[in-house]
Amino acid sequence: MKKEVTAETLAEQQREISISEFFLKNKHLLGFDNPRKALLTTIKEAVDNSLDACEEARILPEIKIEANDMTNDRFEVIVEDNGPGIVKEQMPRIFGKLLYGSKFHRLKCSRGQQGIGISAAAMYGQLTTGNPIKIVSRTSKNKPAHYYELHIDTKQNEPQIIKEDTIDWDKEHGTKINIILEAKYQKGKQGIDEYLEQTAIVNPHLHLIYKNPEKEVLEFPRATNELPKEPKEIKPHPYGVELGILIKMLQDTEASTLQSFLQNEFCRVSAKVAKEICDKAGLYEKSRPSRIAKQEAENLFNSIKKVKIIAPPTDSVTPIGEELILKGLKKEIEADFYAATTRPPSVYRGNPFIIEAGIAYGGSIPKEDITRVLRFANRVPLQYQQSACAITKSIISTSWRGYGISQSKGSIPQGPLVILVHIASVWVPFTSESKESIAHYPEIVKEIKLALQEVGRKLGTHIRKNVRANEQKERASLFERYIPELASSLSKLTGNKKEKIEEDLLKILKKGIPEIEENGQIKE
Amino acid sequence: MDKSRNKTKDELQFLGRKIISKIEKKENPYLEVPVRSLSNVSYDKKSKTLKLGENTSKRFFFNVAHSKKFLQTIEVASICKNLLEEGKHASLRDVFYMAKRTIPNTKVNLVDEQTETDKSLEDLELITEFSREQLHVNANKMGSVVGKVKIIDRGDSINWAKLGSGGWSIPSNVEEIKFEEVKANFVIYMEKQAIWERLHEDKVWEKLNCILVTSQGQTTRGIRRLLQRLYEEHKLPIYVLTDFDPWGFYIYSVIKYGSISLAHMSEKMAIPGVKFLGIMAEDIDKYGLNKHLIKLNEKDIARLKQMKDYEWFRDNKAWQKEFEAMKKLGSKAEIQALSARGISFISEKYLPEKIKNKETID
Repeated sequence: MKKEVTAETLAEQQREISISEFFLKNKHLLGFDNPRKALLTTIKEAVDNSLDACEEARILPEIKIEANDMTNDRFEVIVEDNGPGIVKEQMPRIFGKLLYGSKFHRLKCSRGQQGIGISAAAMYGQLTTGNPIKIVSRTSKNKPAHYYELHIDTKQNEPQIIKEDTIDWDKEHGTKINIILEAKYQKGKQGIDEYLEQTAIVNPHLHLIYKNPEKEVLEFPRATNELPKEPKEIKPHPYGVELGILIKMLQDTEASTLQSFLQNEFCRVSAKVAKEICDKAGLYEKSRPSRIAKQEAENLFNSIKKVKIIAPPTDSVTPIGEELILKGLKKEIEADFYAATTRPPSVYRGNPFIIEAGIAYGGSIPKEDITRVLRFANRVPLQYQQSACAITKSIISTSWRGYGISQSKGSIPQGPLVILVHIASVWVPFTSESKESIAHYPEIVKEIKLALQEVGRKLGTHIRKNVRANEQKERASLFERYIPELASSLSKLTGNKKEKIEEDLLKILKKGIPEIEENGQIKE
Repeated sequence: MDKSRNKTKDELQFLGRKIISKIEKKENPYLEVPVRSLSNVSYDKKSKTLKLGENTSKRFFFNVAHSKKFLQTIEVASICKNLLEEGKHASLRDVFYMAKRTIPNTKVNLVDEQTETDKSLEDLELITEFSREQLHVNANKMGSVVGKVKIIDRGDSINWAKLGSGGWSIPSNVEEIKFEEVKANFVIYMEKQAIWERLHEDKVWEKLNCILVTSQGQTTRGIRRLLQRLYEEHKLPIYVLTDFDPWGFYIYSVIKYGSISLAHMSEKMAIPGVKFLGIMAEDIDKYGLNKHLIKLNEKDIARLKQMKDYEWFRDNKAWQKEFEAMKKLGSKAEIQALSARGISFISEKYLPEKIKNKETID
């Protein structure tokens, strides 16, 4: 007999989904699609955190990375930095609780955005090998170093302390983590080695030492002692807010009136602008924000777009800068020619952003290959989903032939060229949660193309100059080779002395070839 | 050394000295070569031959695009000068190997292919107005002849009627040949060797008292010069027998008016009195070839159109009629199609009838 379905029977099946189940079902969104990518993502999350922490504390970062092959598809990842360290009380929550972090709640140019990173790596290690994450951290030489071994309670999303201790550590400050996970190591494209090389290019202030699973030690030295400018945190601009977020903000705000809410929680909203928004929405500016959240949020949301609000301040975006892009490229890529540019700030949907581009040409870069594209968002390399990315689209739709680079229609150019594009923004618009490709906002595509055109023009000038010089050299050597032959043929034909004919021909050559080339006659 | 040989040699040396004097004056040395293309070829109505125009192009040594060709031409000139000095003849292939060498310290060869030295020779002909044969360079022997003719070649007496199935092979240079006795009344030239074999086996040359000449494929200079000498020195009518297709017609055109690429040699080669014997459009009905037609392909049609527009055919009504007929039929016919009526139909019926009734096109 078929069991009757009722609300009660359904209720038996309804239960809370544990965080681990959710994680396992959605691991592709978080960069743990396969064992190979899991290794990369784990290291990436740790390095991103270290760099962000160092920069906030104004410390020149020095990061040591080890990936040890433990056989049976298990790897031990150790990442150690000289950052500010983490206070003891926060350690379990940062590493043992998902969705806990400092970055999700604010708009600032930082590497990580969702705060899901490192604890997700810890959870992945725990789920695949059963091993806890091990952390050592110390905040100053006057304080002891704390040691934790943590599990994540996958039902409650709470840290479970396996072991806690105070230990001796020779570092004055910094953090060291150790995660054992199921993974696979592969060299080359889309691997850790590539990620670290690219990270070193756009972070020339970073000193990186990396021991790969084959026990080779790679060192990426520092190219500058200048730390990136401290990014300023900004409040969201009204044009960039989404309805759901607006409702949440209305509920959470401490402001007592709608007008003060708009003025305090957003940037570029004056008393006048706030009142105008309220008027356009048909709302009383003294209303309580929590009331609006329930009833008239949509009106408010729609009226924001109708009011003219000046663009957000752009000093919150920190570019790498032309000079440092050049230093980074020169450090890691051996080429004949380099160029870089930083565009002035621009805005998409109320979010300020800056595009930068750099190129390296010639030298050791393979001539026959498709151009290598290095994509970065807030100094983080983007290694996957290249074809879906606005950067790739912009490169394809830029005409490289005009700059002396060969390019088939609808393709990335070809030749001894590396193209670097960096987008810095308080909120980088990714196409998906795995944060691997930039969404196609027209404002962004336009800026990328302008940046590419700027470096392209510089490259074009260089190539033309080089090609001309080479052609002239080749031309002269061609005649030099033919002259003895012609002299000997003419000597055979006439009986005149070969040496004399050769001498006279060389005299003509010395007078210069370009003049001869132009009209066939030799000018004095 | 005989006189003409000496003159040719001196002329080549003079060319070399002119270039050296330019070099001494620190001028960019050049060769002035008449342009060989349809644009510089015109039909001379008076002589009824193709004539090379006045357009020339200068080839400079100090010019990346010209340099190698300039060098090749001078090298070939020096090779010819040596041949003339030693009184020896070389083949086109020999000249290629004599010029071929690698330029020291490079991977570059002075010449890579025979076509390059062949071209240099053609240029040299145009510059000096001597023929390749006068420069002591010969092409391969490529044709056969049979008929009641006695000649003397390098002191040997030769009877074209007594050389068995192969006939006499025509050398590339026929200038030195002396005609001792010419009994034949006319000449039939056919491009196709197989047809020649057929007519020879059937003794057509004996029955019709004619000379049968063939080449393998393209009509070589030696053959054209031989035909011209028979026409001019012995007043023999010359008939051309080819397939009914644009390419066959062009063979006739070359023999009669000269060719575009050798327009400078027209005087020595063209035979304005030559007549076309067949296959022609009216033969198709008359000899029942309709069943054996081959469709024209795209290339044939394009070639037919080109032929129609040639200056020397434009006002020729008889030929325009042939072109029109072929276009209308959309087909071509081979001489061998006549074999459908019997293997010796061509020898016993077709040729005797056509010659008797003077069914030819001028």
